[in-house]
Amino acid sequence: MAFYIVQFLTGLASAASLFLVASGLSIIFGVTRIVNFAHGAFYMLGAYVAFTLTERFSGAFGFWGGIVVAALIVAVIGVLVEMVLLRRIYHSPELFQLLATFGLTLMVEDLVVLIWGPDDLVGRRAPGFKGAIDFFGQNIPSYDLFLIVLGPVVLGVLWLLFQRTRWGVLVRAATQDRDMVAALGVNQKWLFTSVFALGVFLAALGGALQIPRDAVNHAMDLRVIVEVFVVVVIGGLGSIIGAFVAAVLVSELNAFGILIFPKISIILVFLVMAVVLIVRPWGLFGKPEAPARRTPGLTVNPWRPLTTNERLAALAALVVAAALPLVAGNYLLTVGSEIAIFVIFAVSLHFLMSVGGLASFGHAAYFGLGAYGVALLAKMAGLPMIACLLLGPLLGLMGAAVFGFFAVQLSGVYFAMLTLAFAQIVWSIAFQWVSVTGGDNGILGVWPEKWAASPSHFYWLSLGIAALAVVILRIIVFSPFGFALRATRDSPLRSEAVGIDGKRIQWTAFVIAGTVAGLAGALFAYLKGSVFPDNMGISLSVDALVMVLLGGVETVSGAVVGAIVYKALNIWLVSQTDWSKLVLGAFVVLIVVAFPKGIVGTLEALLYRRRKSSSSVSPLLTSRVESAE
Amino acid sequence: MKLTVKDLNSFYGPAHILFDIALEVGEGEVVALLGRNGAGKSTTFRSIVGLVENRSGRVMFEGRDVSELPTHAIVRGGLGYVPEERRIFTDLTVEENLEVGRQPKRPGAPQWDRDKLFKLFPNLGEMRGRPGGRMSGGEQQMLTIARTLMGNPSLVLLDEPSEGLSPKIVEQMVDAILAMKKEGVSIVVSEQNLHFARLISDRAYIIERGRICFGGTMAELDARPDIRDAHLSL
Repeated sequence: MAFYIVQFLTGLASAASLFLVASGLSIIFGVTRIVNFAHGAFYMLGAYVAFTLTERFSGAFGFWGGIVVAALIVAVIGVLVEMVLLRRIYHSPELFQLLATFGLTLMVEDLVVLIWGPDDLVGRRAPGFKGAIDFFGQNIPSYDLFLIVLGPVVLGVLWLLFQRTRWGVLVRAATQDRDMVAALGVNQKWLFTSVFALGVFLAALGGALQIPRDAVNHAMDLRVIVEVFVVVVIGGLGSIIGAFVAAVLVSELNAFGILIFPKISIILVFLVMAVVLIVRPWGLFGKPEAPARRTPGLTVNPWRPLTTNERLAALAALVVAAALPLVAGNYLLTVGSEIAIFVIFAVSLHFLMSVGGLASFGHAAYFGLGAYGVALLAKMAGLPMIACLLLGPLLGLMGAAVFGFFAVQLSGVYFAMLTLAFAQIVWSIAFQWVSVTGGDNGILGVWPEKWAASPSHFYWLSLGIAALAVVILRIIVFSPFGFALRATRDSPLRSEAVGIDGKRIQWTAFVIAGTVAGLAGALFAYLKGSVFPDNMGISLSVDALVMVLLGGVETVSGAVVGAIVYKALNIWLVSQTDWSKLVLGAFVVLIVVAFPKGIVGTLEALLYRRRKSSSSVSPLLTSRVESAE
Repeated sequence: MKLTVKDLNSFYGPAHILFDIALEVGEGEVVALLGRNGAGKSTTFRSIVGLVENRSGRVMFEGRDVSELPTHAIVRGGLGYVPEERRIFTDLTVEENLEVGRQPKRPGAPQWDRDKLFKLFPNLGEMRGRPGGRMSGGEQQMLTIARTLMGNPSLVLLDEPSEGLSPKIVEQMVDAILAMKKEGVSIVVSEQNLHFARLISDRAYIIERGRICFGGTMAELDARPDIRDAHLSL
């Protein structure tokens, strides 16, 4: 019995940090409507800065002062980020905000390695809380007891702040109606900045308080952000009480889950989240959201199928691409195959995002499932390659069917968070279930059969499948199903009113996208001859998002161009620098801020403008009113 | 002049909504902006306080050009705005709603505080702790006016204050607006209801399809039944 109580207390102690980070995320979202994907990065920075300060300054004062000062320093960094970056994108669609803060996360991950090195750092114990307390023969670290008390204290302080101060009243008002607050003479800019500062402070404090419990490392941002997303999805985004209750719930599930499913404890959390989503899609303490703001794809010139000439041009481009083996060597052909595979992957995500209006941040899960599907079939069942290529993607299909069912219950930022969390769950299963997946060592020796083994043959195979995937997805876009999907994207209510079952349509789209992604993954497994958990990792999901964005979200097939350009650049970049995440992150931020239409979108806009250049734009349109919203 | 609007043009996306709007409001005046649904009354107000992004033209308030300022700065300068849809903060109590509107005292402008407003709107004083979401439409309308007055404005844009209210509440609204006028607040009130406007206004403009098509005293308006019948539904 004592053991279970101790386990319970450990869970409560873990909940403290999780609550700090989650409440920060919730507060920021409430007012700015931005889901700050960089929140985990601020948590990690808090831990690193606190580590440096507490090592540098000795004594109890050095430790506790170091923790608080670290959180303050990171809060100042957060303010700079808000002023320089976020203020430019408050008006952008959600997708761009998510991507920009995600780009920031990638940059921070490389920056901390650059500054603090790649190794785990073990921090000091907290002065005054070094020992453990004996509880019927079980030890409880006294620092855990400190954290258990701290959680409710912070909750109380936040409650007082929001209920009893003018600032708190303004924040609550802005959470409900930002424009009205401005119309009453409140400068939103500084309200937003101060809210962001508080949120980042809480995240950094959460990170700093972890150093006596856990080693500091450069992967802690993603681990915490996934847990935090689960917490806010369960608790309800925007609710501080919800964040508290859900943080305790998730931490306890982790603490006891490890006793029940030692290897894959995350499944328990997933099950609880699934139940909450079915019963209350907006979370235990959240409120149903008004329909999400405009998603990309609503203001485009109407899409149309290609004209005959354009079809011929596309065919010519394919013929040119198919002629590559006549001139290129083996290395280039392998690169070509990889690009073709990523074209498949990118168009599958593009289909979900642009046609379906559902921006998935975890699309790599289905790519990876396809890859693992092939690897398992080839290695364990010993099936021939054709059978593997046909059956392997079915694992992606099944994953997409299960997760997609839950994901499409939500939309907008909730959808993005949920897909990311699902992808992390799939990743950790691949990582932890060593007996089946080989864990970190992956599955090796998945080679194509003789007929496809030569680089040129494999290239033709990949190219052919890529062309087929693009054509099929285009046909779907202009089919009745595609119309229904786009109608659901543009107006869920109106499409429902004409008899379209929106959720079912979106679920189907999710499954289609997941299956096509699985097909790409299946080819990828044969290309590389191996499968690793990273084949379903977050950075691959981000790669796909960037490809779609680079090509142009509001286009029909921009992702093809985006994938080719991005993958070619990426392969070149990785060969040039060790800090690819830093460059990639900066690149993402740059696209979002400076180039949101993407390559194809920009070209289309240019063509459109040239066609209309005779009718000049009214000069009246130029005056713009500044506001922080 | 308290407020002068010149050549105001506004757009929602590619749609041109307001065309060369011109308005003038004198010190302590109550001016009605009359027009049918969709004529552009609310857009005019929203454009004056900077809530419509895409606009051009000049808005002079107390001799200062405010057309380039952000919304909060315009409002803080003493130009209060009461939106049509009331937009009460439903999660906040009456007192908290008033707190959001509170601004420092402004020399020369009428001053308001909670107690004075509770005297003007006695209903509100009886429900200080009630969340805005649990109030009737009339109570919400009073709260939204009181909330704007907490900013001590010298001019208030009142967007359709009588809309959807019972005759009894409309009467109270007339009294409240006259009391505001007596305190020295200049008021622009948009209305579809000519009878209501007549009870409170010194002058009136008529707006139709985004253009001002009449401006004059109430007596001048009464002398032109043709204009009245053409542009207002009675």
